[in-house]
Amino acid sequence: MTMKVSTRQVDGVTIVDCSGRITLGEGSVILRDSVRDLLSKGNKKIVLNLADVNYIDSSGIGELVSAFTTTKNQGGELKLLNLTKKVNDLLQITKLYTVFDVKDDEATAVKSFK
Amino acid sequence: MTEQRVSYTLDSSLETIDSAEEKATRIATELGFGDDEVMQISMAVREGAVNAVLHGNAYAPDKKVTLAFERIGEELVITIRDQGKGMDLSKIPNPLAPENLLKTSGRGIFLMRSFMDVVEIRPSSTGTELKLIKRVHGSTEGGKEASQ
Repeated sequence: MTMKVSTRQVDGVTIVDCSGRITLGEGSVILRDSVRDLLSKGNKKIVLNLADVNYIDSSGIGELVSAFTTTKNQGGELKLLNLTKKVNDLLQITKLYTVFDVKDDEATAVKSFK
Repeated sequence: MTEQRVSYTLDSSLETIDSAEEKATRIATELGFGDDEVMQISMAVREGAVNAVLHGNAYAPDKKVTLAFERIGEELVITIRDQGKGMDLSKIPNPLAPENLLKTSGRGIFLMRSFMDVVEIRPSSTGTELKLIKRVHGSTEGGKEASQ
């Protein structure tokens, strides 16, 4: 399944609804371009909703890290929302769960921005 | 997998990576591995294929990736060979080290080792050979640590 993203605004926070696979190639590129596009337009409070992301590989993990650091370096914040068990397990194994701010409720995620 | 061994010769392309993953998923399922184990095997094969296509063959159109699945007793043995220059494992940083956590690459071999019972990486006559072994659950007590 190809990676798809759509964005929406909730109280000044951009929610990026992702679905499909974040893997080497198209999936990673789509995510990268989406985050860069948001940042270039001044949207610096970003939540990646990964509820419908059913697969992610090491390149996809790298892309999440890149999105996180790129946003942070531009003075923004990027958080993760609604991890599937597979993605959650991968972030635990790679010790990235402690790096990302992970939320399991959209309203809480939106309110958590400064 | 009705035969005891199947092998494929594949191009150095992104399509090969997806194809290798799909083959691994199908074969592991046919062999009766559980859903979680199938996911682990398919992801390990995907990461191995990524290494072969990107880091080994560097997408060179004249270089091939060979992928083999073999059922040996209670083990699924998967071999991935590339025709690249080989890799220096000592130069691969630990992705769990605090200074490496925010690196955007370097987790492939770590994930393979997390998911498979045995991971062996060695030079072959033409490049690098990666061997991945997954035991049928419960066939052997304990796990064998990865080696080079």
